[in-house]
Amino acid sequence: MLEVSNLACSRGDHRLFSDLSFALHPGQIMQIQGANGSGKTSLLRTLCGFIIPDDGKISWCGENVRELDEAYFAQMMYLGHLNAIKDELSALENLRISAGLSGTELNEKDAIAALRRMGLRGRERLPTKVLSQGQRRRVALARLLVSDAKLWILDEPLAALDVGAVALIQELIAEHLARLGMVIFTTHQPLHVAGMEMRCLSLS
Amino acid sequence: MKKLSLFALLVLVVRRDLVLAMRRRADVLTTLIFFVMVVSLFPLGVGPEMDMLRKMAPGVLWVAALLASMLSLGRLFSADYLDGTLEQMLLAPQSLSVLVLGKMVSHWMVSGLPLVLMTPVLGLQFDMSMQAIAVLILGLLLGTPILSMVGAIGAALTLGLRGGGVLLSLLVLPLCIPVLIFGTGAVEAVTSGLSVSSHLSLMGALLVLALAFTPWVTAQALRISME
Repeated sequence: MLEVSNLACSRGDHRLFSDLSFALHPGQIMQIQGANGSGKTSLLRTLCGFIIPDDGKISWCGENVRELDEAYFAQMMYLGHLNAIKDELSALENLRISAGLSGTELNEKDAIAALRRMGLRGRERLPTKVLSQGQRRRVALARLLVSDAKLWILDEPLAALDVGAVALIQELIAEHLARLGMVIFTTHQPLHVAGMEMRCLSLS
Repeated sequence: MKKLSLFALLVLVVRRDLVLAMRRRADVLTTLIFFVMVVSLFPLGVGPEMDMLRKMAPGVLWVAALLASMLSLGRLFSADYLDGTLEQMLLAPQSLSVLVLGKMVSHWMVSGLPLVLMTPVLGLQFDMSMQAIAVLILGLLLGTPILSMVGAIGAALTLGLRGGGVLLSLLVLPLCIPVLIFGTGAVEAVTSGLSVSSHLSLMGALLVLALAFTPWVTAQALRISME
């Protein structure tokens, strides 16, 4: 369970938000809303520990994430604006390496199955530089399929995706929530997860 | 799913960086060609005075190796920073220090080891004796990993800064002076018939010290740079 209490964060002299408190329980999903520049990405990056908050506490299962450190990283997965894929490597190599970096050994069969489910059949072994923007995003999103992280932190997961891929992501999120996972995300496109109550947090 | 051991993580990172380097061969070659060019310019500029060339050889080779390694340091983390891989590395649930050590090892294999392998040929240009070349290679083998490791701290600190390359050299070069002194000192010792063991053991001690501390320091520097 993720608990945030009295969180305050600023970039430079500009205070983005303060006194922000919420809790996310297993099986819950939360959308962060707000205009451009309102601090959505900063909030997600603070939750990842990249940004040290000015004030307040983030705890995971009752313990401060700054103390948990690597034990917390094992339970969460972050997908940012940047795809974190290498142009020179194939989709398959990219997926296996990023799974390795997050601590799990992924065999070739599972990796190919994940890429095929993401609609990349026949493109598994092509260097990602020949793929389109949306296909690269799909390679990055394939990590959702091979990770056993409890908490997904997704920053604009739907950027550059077509209708089919958006439906697929909604399906993945629904499966993750059914497994009692947690999702916190930002998006400017509508995202509906069947049978789940979508909680919203507005930053202004 | 199977958990990855720390050693497997190290191997994964080294292999990944080597594969990337092989697919971007131009980057590797520029470092090596820079080293060969700089070293070769000296005999041409100074003229064929054997005594003088022999005397300055270790210094020239070491300074050129130092500058060549500065050349490639800027790329150590910047590519991963720009495409977001570094964010994922910072979130690695195992050890960031081990991951950083993997990057240092592959950086050395790509930009340090080729220089060491090239040294015998270059040493002949300076009419160095076989014995002196052997000690020079031994010194470079111990010293170039230190340059990669100390340089990684600088590369992590200057990550994402404009004009970071120059700043990086200003930060790192002074820290490399001990390596330069012991490296050239060992060759001078062997040419004047003294024992080289003291210079090389000090260099070995520096290498062990760097192995123990630089990965952790670099990991902390990366966390600061990412904020």
